[in-house]
Amino acid sequence: MKIKMLLAAATAGVMFAGSTFAGTLDDVRARGKLNCIINTGLAGFAAPDDKGNWTGFDVDFCRAVAAAVLGDADKVNYTTATGKTRFTKLAAGEGEILSRNTTWTFSRDVDLSQTFVGVSYYDGQGFMVPKSLGVKSAKELDGASVCIQTGTTTELNLAEFFAGNNMKYNPVPIETNAEAQELYKAGRCDIYTTDASGLYATISSFDNPGDHMVLPEIVSKEPLGPVVRHGDDQWADIVAWTLRAMMAGEELGITSANVKSLAGKDNKNKEINRLLGKDPLQGISKLGLSADWAVNIISQVGNYEEVFERNLGMSTPLKIARGMNQLYQDGGLFYIPPIK
Amino acid sequence: MSFLSNIWRNEKSREIILQIFVLFCIGWFLSWLIANVDANFKALGKDISFEFLFIPAGYDINQYLIDYNNRDSHLRAGIVGLLNTGLVAFFGIILATFLGVFLGIVRLSKNWLASKLAYWYIEFSRNVPILLHILLWHGIIINTLPHPRQALNLGDLTFLSNRGFYIPKPLTENGIELVYLFFVIAIIFSVLFFKYARKKQDLTGVQYPVFWINLSVIFLLPTIAFLISGMPITLEIPALKGFNFRGGMHMSPELAALTFALGIYTAAFIAEIVRAGIMAVDKGQREAAESIGLKPSKVMNLVILPQARRVIIPPLTSQYLNLTKNSSLAIAIGYMDLVATLGGISLNQTGREMETMIIVMLIYLSVSLSISAFMNWYNNKAKLVGR
Repeated sequence: MKIKMLLAAATAGVMFAGSTFAGTLDDVRARGKLNCIINTGLAGFAAPDDKGNWTGFDVDFCRAVAAAVLGDADKVNYTTATGKTRFTKLAAGEGEILSRNTTWTFSRDVDLSQTFVGVSYYDGQGFMVPKSLGVKSAKELDGASVCIQTGTTTELNLAEFFAGNNMKYNPVPIETNAEAQELYKAGRCDIYTTDASGLYATISSFDNPGDHMVLPEIVSKEPLGPVVRHGDDQWADIVAWTLRAMMAGEELGITSANVKSLAGKDNKNKEINRLLGKDPLQGISKLGLSADWAVNIISQVGNYEEVFERNLGMSTPLKIARGMNQLYQDGGLFYIPPIK
Repeated sequence: MSFLSNIWRNEKSREIILQIFVLFCIGWFLSWLIANVDANFKALGKDISFEFLFIPAGYDINQYLIDYNNRDSHLRAGIVGLLNTGLVAFFGIILATFLGVFLGIVRLSKNWLASKLAYWYIEFSRNVPILLHILLWHGIIINTLPHPRQALNLGDLTFLSNRGFYIPKPLTENGIELVYLFFVIAIIFSVLFFKYARKKQDLTGVQYPVFWINLSVIFLLPTIAFLISGMPITLEIPALKGFNFRGGMHMSPELAALTFALGIYTAAFIAEIVRAGIMAVDKGQREAAESIGLKPSKVMNLVILPQARRVIIPPLTSQYLNLTKNSSLAIAIGYMDLVATLGGISLNQTGREMETMIIVMLIYLSVSLSISAFMNWYNNKAKLVGR
């Protein structure tokens, strides 16, 4: 009799353990905080400031989702992950969002049962060298020692690039960006390779940024974006439309400075009205969000342009140009579906 | 009812019932674990499959003992990693054993300074975590040795730099077979001579300098063959070309750091084991050996160490196992062992955490069990035969 009960309890436990992943929004609301998985430290994307608060492009996206869902951008718990541990952590439920400059690839999307909700930053893999090396092109790198971060798409791109150009190299695989920087500085590697954005971030953190350069060749496509677990469409939509709302904000000229006044009046452009909740936006209740979701995002975090310029732009040590990361009207790749 | 209570009162049957119950609990727990994993995998839409082992790995490995390129499979990448683990464990065990035995003996020396130095070495090494040893050695090598372009040059043959150590590589040409043949003959001669000398000593007490004679034969015979067959070995000397040295044999800073760290750390433990083993030999044995006029080195080699060996081997085995398992910390400095290849990059590129971890664990388990089995065999050979 007792054994029967034990078995029944065990079965129930198994069933319970197996069904915890739906209803992500309810979990977040019940907890009152969003759990967000970010980089262990990459200037401009996710790095602690002098007060110990996480800041950066990826961090701001977590804040934007918290603003949309909970109405308060500060209600985020951050969990850090290396390139290696990030997907496991997301799958294990340690966070609702993986916002850690993660490249969207077929096998990650399909085979790992994750959902990439969009692209927040178009990147590509580059090479960084000390200027003293006298190298002007990545085609001159035959025989070099190359520091790479393990667990990324970088390793495969690197192998393909060198094999494609009939060059040899000596890979030195490193776990985190910080360790790779140390080895690069000590001269263990001739070059360091990762996404170009990461290279700019790395150079900006050096004592003598002028002594290093990023080579002109970009050897891969790296569309980076936030990732959620497969199987909760409502949650995936919330995250996807948070990103789009930030971009739509830029497109419609809504900034953190003017969003409150725009939300308070009837605008000529009805898309602004729909985005800011003045006019009804069909289906917003299905997402489980309140009408002022986009107001919260833009007032507390900012539109895409503000977030980009604050963390990565020309006024920051990284000095990254918008390049591909502009709206299509400005010659970039962001083409936002209509807010209707 | 009385039948049941009789079974319960019977000590023997009660024991069996309890054991069956415990076994049942363990089995139930294991099946629950498996069912749980299975259910969670289903919920995530994942399956357990080992097919990924046979698709191209796509990444490069900086040190391979068997041919490998990035078109080879994940399985082969794993084997390359396993061999790298084996290589560092092999070097580490040799270094740890020699250094450990030496230190253990010095620790017991009557020379105050030698004994104290060994004592401080042992206390320092074994009380600092192994990971720090590894990082320290790696840091020393890459930060103090110069860049390849300013490498330390030892006679234009060997170069030391922060990219590793480069030594000339012997390349064989036609006619090398004679050298091999003479080498084999020299080995056979040495074994026979060793047996002959021992027999002679047993019968007459006459001693030959077996070690020196054998050493010169093993060295001289192949040298003669080498000369008469027209010197069929050339040295490929490493040369600076582009960014790094090319040619020759290369030991990476990671392999060197890991070998030093594992060897030096484990040597401290082995030294204590050796000391314990020597002290376990009855004092009378040493006194008896000394009283018949044996030199101190003979007392150690012929009387003390053979007896101490019995005490030393079992704990030594576990040190060897520790060293091999500790080598998995290689990942901290980017040495591409089993954990870094199959359990690291392959895991990541394929997303098969469960499968790769199961394989890696099983491999470590079987490596450890093999070392253990070998040492048990050796222990059985060495232990006191009961009469």
